[in-house]
This record gives sequence, structure tokens and C-alpha cells, in this order.
Amino acid sequence: MNLISQHLPILQIVVPMVAAPLCIILRRRQLVWILAVVVAWTCLAMAGGLMLQVLSQGPISYHLGGWAPPWGIEYRVDAVNAFVLILVSLIGAVVLLYAPASIAAELPEARASLFYTAYLLCLTGLMGMTITGDAFNVFVFLEISSLSMYALIGMGTDRRALTASFQYLIVGTIGATFFVIGIGLLYMMTGTLNMADLAERLQPVMHTRTVLAAFAFLTVGLSLKLALFPLHLWLPNAYTYAPSVVTAFVAATATKVSVYVFLRFFYGIFGREYAFDTLHLEYFLVPLGLAGVFVASTVAVFQTNLKRLLAYSSIAQVGYMVVGIGLVSVTGLTATLVHLFNHAVMKGALFLALGCIVMRLGTVELSELRGIGKRMPVTMAAFVFGGLSLIGVPLTVGFISKWYLVSAALERGWWPVAVLILLGSLLAVAYIWKVVETAYFHEPEGKAAQATEAPLSMLIPTWILIGATLYFGATATFTAGLARAGAEALMGGLAR
Amino acid sequence: MTPGLINYWVVVFLMMTGFYVVMSTSNLVKKMVGLTLFQTSVFILYITMGKISGGTAPILAAPGTSYSNPLPHVLILTAIVVGIATTAVGMALIIRIKEAYGTIEDDEILLADQA
Repeated sequence: MNLISQHLPILQIVVPMVAAPLCIILRRRQLVWILAVVVAWTCLAMAGGLMLQVLSQGPISYHLGGWAPPWGIEYRVDAVNAFVLILVSLIGAVVLLYAPASIAAELPEARASLFYTAYLLCLTGLMGMTITGDAFNVFVFLEISSLSMYALIGMGTDRRALTASFQYLIVGTIGATFFVIGIGLLYMMTGTLNMADLAERLQPVMHTRTVLAAFAFLTVGLSLKLALFPLHLWLPNAYTYAPSVVTAFVAATATKVSVYVFLRFFYGIFGREYAFDTLHLEYFLVPLGLAGVFVASTVAVFQTNLKRLLAYSSIAQVGYMVVGIGLVSVTGLTATLVHLFNHAVMKGALFLALGCIVMRLGTVELSELRGIGKRMPVTMAAFVFGGLSLIGVPLTVGFISKWYLVSAALERGWWPVAVLILLGSLLAVAYIWKVVETAYFHEPEGKAAQATEAPLSMLIPTWILIGATLYFGATATFTAGLARAGAEALMGGLAR
Repeated sequence: MTPGLINYWVVVFLMMTGFYVVMSTSNLVKKMVGLTLFQTSVFILYITMGKISGGTAPILAAPGTSYSNPLPHVLILTAIVVGIATTAVGMALIIRIKEAYGTIEDDEILLADQA
């Protein structure tokens, strides 16, 4: 037991990574699913264990293969990434419970075991990006998660899934290459790849143009990955045409982990003084974040495909997170971190609810969904609660995020930003209301009239996430407390 | 232009060529060619920064011999694997796109989707 708890950081990555090829060997759909579920829930348990260790003993530094940093690769777990780890593994575990019924409806049977392989690899990559303390290691895990994500998205039944996946592959690779150029330039100046060591050795060479170039490459590369407006063009198609399970998993985790890496690099490695006091990254982040909120929400209002509508809403929500980063205060970062968790939970639940509709109707076009609220009441109730949370109604997690964000903006004295954040929520009211109106205020007709409620194996995971949306909305002490601890660590110059 | 910087000029030239190809061509295979070129330029960037003038290859040598930094080479080995995986996934997608649309031209795919 002691041995396991000692090696938890590496087990967190190795267990899903080893299980992925096992899925191909096992082949039988049921067996593979059981293996994947066991692995994903084990990951969640390990993430919880790591969080307990961090809370009781402070940050964990794990040396891969016993090689001491800065020479060896270090896995470093602190309050911030333990929080993100729990988030990623929670979503990964809950979505897997939902997967078998949904992929039986959407994927050919032969692809099922391959689906779980790619899914576990993607989970590995995302958790690896989160846990590692080595800059180049982030790139490797970023590519592991991205490559498996391209494969997952390409599994969609519509042929446009293929072009969406290809488009994402091109943009994602450009983003990742920019990222690796940035790391290369940093390595050139410092001779180290360990994040904590980088932060220290960068100080004397901060003024050089090479570091400035590295900063620029990293900013653009990561902004592509986290879909910051106007670099979000890959996202809507990818989310729309991917299988429902994939959309729910990717939408809830991928951009969030990129936001975390962004925080780690700009607050942890470059440091607040350089990124914000000298270069004033906030004048770049806050306007683009707000523009993202408004443009994406406005586009969402006019969408007729619900998956695409929620995809645009995701871009808007990333905008809020970026605004939180740009406010450069403990409250602002708390807002970003808490919104990471909150948005993942509610968007995951919303996409899972859409997956139930896809299963029964084969479409999420708004025109086909008239009166669906009367035929699939449990699914649509989940959608409504998720939607309320997107708007930011009190007693949902969305409210907690907006509360912190608005108070951070006021703290900084940027009241126009606070006003714009609230106006952005009104746009969310518009696009959620459109769905509610169609689903509840029409008599069921066409396909919707024949629809029956989705199976329990899909409803339960959806409602677990909705339950989390409401529970953490009512008592935010757990999430907000962890987010605040993380935010304080980041503001204090995490790595030093 | 000092001779010491020639590698970096090559890197920038290759990088921008690849980037331009990715953005300008509508043929998906050519896009992959551009993307590979773009990635490869980064390999040269890393290898270049590991070079020490007068240094030999980092293989067992007499003590006191100066040798190139092997770490960038190792990193690039990893990056090459990543690059190959990307190309493989991209090509696989192109094959499926060709099966589904009967073309690998971006503009024709767009037209087929609008129809």
C-alpha cells in the first residue's frame, strides 16, 4: 500500500496507457468496456489520493526512474494540477459509464474496442499534460491526447466528421509545433526543461529577444489549443460531427487542460512580473476573451444544430476563463480555475443529454425537436438545468463562476468588463430559451412524437453530472476552496 | 549574415515555406507535405542549438573532449516519432475522405457538403 501511494503520480499515467493496447488485444466489446471503466475509475481514485497527499503534505515531486530533476523528468503535483487531474479523471470515468449504449447506436460494432483504446490514450495524454513538471513532456502528452482525439472525432457517422477531424489535425499540429518552438527557444536560453528550474534560470535572461520570441510562440500555440477567439475555427465542426460520447468528453476536458497549461506557463514559468507587469498580456487576453464571449454567443443564438450551438457556447465559456486569467488577481484566477471545473461538469452534462436525443431521434436539428420535452422529460430536464447553469442562475455552478469573475473585475476597478460579463450571460439566455421554447411549447410531431426516454445507463451518468452542477452550485466551499488555494499558489509564483 | 546563423535562416525559410503551403494549397495531401516541412524545420532548430563549435559526436570519447549537447537530439527523436504519427493519422483521414467524397480537394469537398 505504501509502495502504491509512493508511486501514485506515475501510476496515474501508466495504468491507462498500458490498458489502451490491452483493449485491442481483448477485442470483445463487453470485456473492453469493463476494463476501460475499471481503469478510468481507478484513475479517479488515484487522482483523489494525490489530492489528499497534496493537501496533507504539500506539493509532491516524483522523479521518473529515480533521476533527480533538473536532469530527469519530474512529475510535480500541487493544489492546481491535482484539482485539474480530479476534473479530467472524473469526466473520463462518468462518460465511460454512458459510452456503451451511445456508441452501439452511433458506431459500427467493429470499432468499439478501437474507440476505447483511443479514449484511454486521450485520457492518458490529458492527465500527462496536467501532472508533468517537464516542459517537453507536456508537448509529448499534448500530442498523445491530440492524435487520439483526431481519431475519436473521425469516428463520427457523418462524413463531415472526417473533414472536421482533418481540419483539427492541421490546426492542432500547427499549435503544438508553435508550442514546441517556444520550448526550444527557452531551452536555448536556459539549458533546462524542468519547469521549476526554467522559472529560476529565465530570470537573468528575461530581457532577451529570444525569450520574447518564445513567449510569443507559446502564447499563439496554446491559444490555438484552447480555442481562444479568433483561433477557434477548428472547434465547432469537430464538436458537431464527433460521436456524442467523444464530444462530451473532449468538450469537458481538452480545452480545460490547455487552459491549465497556459496558466502553468505564464504564471509558473514566465512569472506574473514578466507576463503581466512588463508585457501586459492582459490587454491581449481580456479584449479577446470578451470578444469571444460576444461573437461566439451571438453566433450560437442563430444555430439550428444543438451540438453546434453548444460548441459555440464552449468558445464563449473559454472566453470567460481567459478574462479571469487576464484580471491578474487571486479572485480572477479563482474564477478561472473554478470555471474550469464548473464548465466541464455542465458542458459534459449538456452534451450527454444531447447524446440521449441523438440516440432516439438520430438528429439534434432544432426543427426536429418540437415537443421533445413531453416525450423525453428526464433528458430535457437535464438539458434545462445545464442550460440554467450556462446562463449563471443562482444555485447552479455557473453562478459561482460568474460571481467570482464579476467580483474580480470590480476588484480591479474594470467595471465595464463586469458589465460585459453580465451582458454575455443575457446572450446565453437567448440561445438556451430558444431550445426550451421548441422542446416544451409545441406539440410533439414527426420523429419527436415517437421518441421514448433514453435508457438508464445513459440517463444516470448525465444526471450524475447535473447533480454535480447543482450540488457544487449550492455548496461551493469544496471547489472554490481548492480553486482559491490553486490561485494563491499561482499568484505567488508557483514554481519557485 | 554571419556563417554561424545560416542554420537558423534555413529553419526560418523551411518553416515559412511549410506554413505557406499548408495555408495556400487546397489539396489535402499537399497540405500534409507542408505540415511535415513545417515540423521538420523545428527539428533542425533543435539540432542546431545542440551544436558546439569544434565539438564532436557525443559518443564515448577521451575525457576532456568537447562534444555536442545530446539532449536536443534525444528530444528530436521523440518529436520525429510524433511527426510520423501525425502524418500517419493525417494520411489515414485523407484516405477515408477520398472514399467518402471522391476527392481530396478542399474546395470540392466544401461544394459537396453544401449540395
